[in-house]
Amino acid sequence: MATEPVETAASACVGPSGSAIGMPQLCADWIPNQVFWLLVTLVVIYFVLSRIALPRIASVLAERSGTIINDIAAAEELKLKAQEAETAYEQALKDARAEAAKIVAAAKADIQTELDAELAKADAQISEKTAQSEAAIAEIRAGAVKSVTAVAKDTAKEIVGALGGSADAKTVTAAVTARMKG
Amino acid sequence: MAEEKADGSLVFHPLDQFIVKPLFGDGAVGVFTITNATLWLAIAVLAIVALFVMGTKKRDIVPGRSQSVAELFYSFIYKMVEDVCGKEGAKYFPYIMTLFVFILFSNYLALLPMSFSPTSHIAVTAILGFGVFIVVTVLGFVLHGATFLGMFWMKDAPAILRPIIAVIEVISYFVRPVSHSIRLAGNIMAGHAVIKVFAGFAAIAAIAPVSIGAIMAIYGLEILVCGIQAYVFTILTCVYLKDALHPHH
Repeated sequence: MATEPVETAASACVGPSGSAIGMPQLCADWIPNQVFWLLVTLVVIYFVLSRIALPRIASVLAERSGTIINDIAAAEELKLKAQEAETAYEQALKDARAEAAKIVAAAKADIQTELDAELAKADAQISEKTAQSEAAIAEIRAGAVKSVTAVAKDTAKEIVGALGGSADAKTVTAAVTARMKG
Repeated sequence: MAEEKADGSLVFHPLDQFIVKPLFGDGAVGVFTITNATLWLAIAVLAIVALFVMGTKKRDIVPGRSQSVAELFYSFIYKMVEDVCGKEGAKYFPYIMTLFVFILFSNYLALLPMSFSPTSHIAVTAILGFGVFIVVTVLGFVLHGATFLGMFWMKDAPAILRPIIAVIEVISYFVRPVSHSIRLAGNIMAGHAVIKVFAGFAAIAAIAPVSIGAIMAIYGLEILVCGIQAYVFTILTCVYLKDALHPHH
């Protein structure tokens, strides 16, 4: 920070040792020089700023605010588009749901008719079988009754014969038949 | 700055840092001599060009560091001019910006060790202060003619007080450039001189730590003062300009 001592006292304001006599600010010898160079400096700064720097910064700032406004507008537009897309999507979803419900209902109806037909068929088969079985049972039963009647008549004739009675076949048969009916 | 004399007493030269001397040779300081003052004015110009021209070269929509700083200064001063002077003040913005960046950069560059502080010289600040005063006064008369003088005649004041107030107003008007320039030079000079005085005390080993601590504290204060004085000078310029643009209110 130290100012090196100036060898020769170049001015009335600097002592022989190189230090200031009084306030250097009040040294009249330097004022023209300072004023001259100050004015040069200010003019240079003014031209640099007003010709180059300030218009450039102004244009950058304007461009930026323009860009921001444009971007906000674009974002707004995109938001609207997104909303539209969302509605369209919702609509599509709703349609698809309805379609699906329709398909499900149709499938259900188909299955129901098929099922009904199959059930009817099965019922018919079952009743047929039942009828056949009943017929077979009736036949068997009739067969059995006949056999029993025959056996009973024969047995009754034999018993009557064995007991020494002589009964004609017709009477025994009629009696057995009457008994059997009871 | 402070060398010990043969008898052991300290000699301070806190003002030697303000000496203007030729950069080349030891001749007298003529009007066009390139001096240390010239050097530091040139450095200030280069720093301003570096920030405001080189820094904004890319014209980025998303600014880089230097461009952000340049834009910050631009917006700060532009807003100040517009707030204080109104819309009509905007066309004087480049002049005010010139003043602001010159003072700001000179102040801060002066904080570098070994540097020279142009704004500590009354010759420099008086040119700035009186320049503003003359421009503003001429502008006032050009824009408003003789009605500009109505600024000194308070219509709201009681009739009997008006002449007295007018005298006070005129005096205060003419004191403006003096206070405007001495405020800046005084602040910068005082800070630098105080730092030098503490630096002189640092030669004594026993109090050197205190002295260095004090230098650091004053340096921190000076960093504030440099910014504040540049701001104050600029906003006062705006206020004076506003008086010229709207003398009646």
